[in-house]
Amino acid sequence: MTEPNIYLPHLMRIARITEEAPSVRTFRLEFVDDAAAQSFHFETGQFGLYSAFGEGESTFCIASSPTRRGYIECTFREVGRVTAALADKEVGDIVGFRGPYGNVFPIEDWQGKNLLFIAGGIALPPLRSVIWNCLDLRERFQDITILYGARTVTDLVYKHELKDWTDRPDVNLVCTVDPGGETPDWTGKVGFVPHILEQLAPAPADTIALVCGPPIMIKLTLPVLARLGFTPESIFTTLENRMKCGLGKCGRCNTGSSYVCKDGPVYTLEQLNRLPAEY
Amino acid sequence: MADTYLLSNAGLDALFSAIRADGRRILAPTDPDGRSELNPVGTPAEVAKDYLQTTLSAKAVVFPKVERLLSYTLAPGQVELADAVPAAVPTVVFGIRPCEAGGFQALDAVFNWDTRDRFFNARMAALAVIGVGCTRRDDACFCTAVGGGPGATRGSDLLLTPMAEGYLAEVLTEKGRALQALAPDRFQPAAGVDKAALLVQVPPAFDQPALTARLPALFDSELWADQALRCVGCGACAYVCPTCVCFDIQEEADRQGGQRLRAWDSCGSRQFTLHASGHNPRDTQGQRWRQRIYHKFSIYPERYGMLGCVGCGKCTRACPVDMNLQEHLVEAAQA
Repeated sequence: MTEPNIYLPHLMRIARITEEAPSVRTFRLEFVDDAAAQSFHFETGQFGLYSAFGEGESTFCIASSPTRRGYIECTFREVGRVTAALADKEVGDIVGFRGPYGNVFPIEDWQGKNLLFIAGGIALPPLRSVIWNCLDLRERFQDITILYGARTVTDLVYKHELKDWTDRPDVNLVCTVDPGGETPDWTGKVGFVPHILEQLAPAPADTIALVCGPPIMIKLTLPVLARLGFTPESIFTTLENRMKCGLGKCGRCNTGSSYVCKDGPVYTLEQLNRLPAEY
Repeated sequence: MADTYLLSNAGLDALFSAIRADGRRILAPTDPDGRSELNPVGTPAEVAKDYLQTTLSAKAVVFPKVERLLSYTLAPGQVELADAVPAAVPTVVFGIRPCEAGGFQALDAVFNWDTRDRFFNARMAALAVIGVGCTRRDDACFCTAVGGGPGATRGSDLLLTPMAEGYLAEVLTEKGRALQALAPDRFQPAAGVDKAALLVQVPPAFDQPALTARLPALFDSELWADQALRCVGCGACAYVCPTCVCFDIQEEADRQGGQRLRAWDSCGSRQFTLHASGHNPRDTQGQRWRQRIYHKFSIYPERYGMLGCVGCGKCTRACPVDMNLQEHLVEAAQA
């Protein structure tokens, strides 16, 4: 008779912690409850609310690929009370997870297309989920190009995976750091993401562009894509407004009448152009 | 069509007794310190005389200011979760106005449009509403501009319209019929009573459909910043509102354990949308005021097919800096 409690999280055990960059960590989380692990499904692009019991919940994307079963991963920067409490956790500790929430990247629609990923700084995690999802289904797609920039070499996240992608012949990875952020042994590019994108000049034909980054990067990258001939329908991004419920009820993540937690977080530029800029 | 009856004052006394005997509490406007609030009562004599409305709305009966969503105990490397089941006390709310009774539908729209909210639903299931129609109004009232009226039936299970002696009683729902069945012989047949003549007149203050149609084009207007210049972001409007449903989720804990709580929140506060990075999509009071108007008059109609405002005027009466929702809406409709 009693309805389920939609606010009740799953208990997750921290199976692995990876230090990515200063104050940035990746948790690999496994379900404590086997039945929950069995029934859990998500698709790339979705997010969840992660609990540090005693402090509260924070919203992060699921940064791992749905093709990798048995765990989820999240990558977060320590900036507030909840993320500080999460950062104090050790392997074996328990955290909470509610989700998956939100819509998905329509990768089924991208068969036979080229994929261009453009990410800045701590915004690589949502795209990392898509990247591994597509690499695990590599034969379905044509060229895969990843342009990733950070302020400094130290700020690049997923350094081991960047090396994997560099070594793979079926991925074209271009890494860049802001001028002054390079180290003596840096072999990547030096320059801001929009400038490097302009140099790369990827062809827009049959290409989907996925852009995630700080607002200033997105603001300067979109005009470059437009000049290159990318249509608003072919450009995807994710929004990350503040959320409390993730269920379309608490009332704060909306941009216009679109609830980022339900109608997003994945939007095409064409969809965003029709919404007020409340993000 | 509702079944319409006459209910005498003595009949209402008997109905109250029967409701109490049925094991339900009755919450009604009482008048502590000259301020009208919902409180437990035993008889109609304890109900405030000649009140206009309560200051706070009845929403707290189904959506408390603070409630527990879950609790847990903590030990090194271990978390034990405990589910929370809402204590749904069988309740009859008596004497709220038709505007406010309609507000329950707006709450329901948000709590259940997609996933279902157990906490709200358990309390709604345990609630019956006896609304009382309006024989007077004040300048803050604008129910008729937003689809309501001094005798509107939406949200009431039983609606009473005061007569010179006793009430005209409309039995509107299954829950209303169950109330009637508690004192069936007190509900006498009514014929030829002109309900409208018993009620106050409230001429529509503005053209709401035109306003809703106009809002998308007004999004970047200076109007919202101008109207919000004196707003202090206190949130009183949201807390007294029968339809404001936006909430926060917060933790209350120590090293041994704690609980996760849901609490009323307000779109008027800066922290409501503040990102961890410091970026805020609604950084100014004008943007936050615009959100309040758009949520109720644009987003609600688009998403739920109803308004998020019942025209009760509680926000206007509660505002410490005299912002007047009706005047601001009239201004927007004419902008």
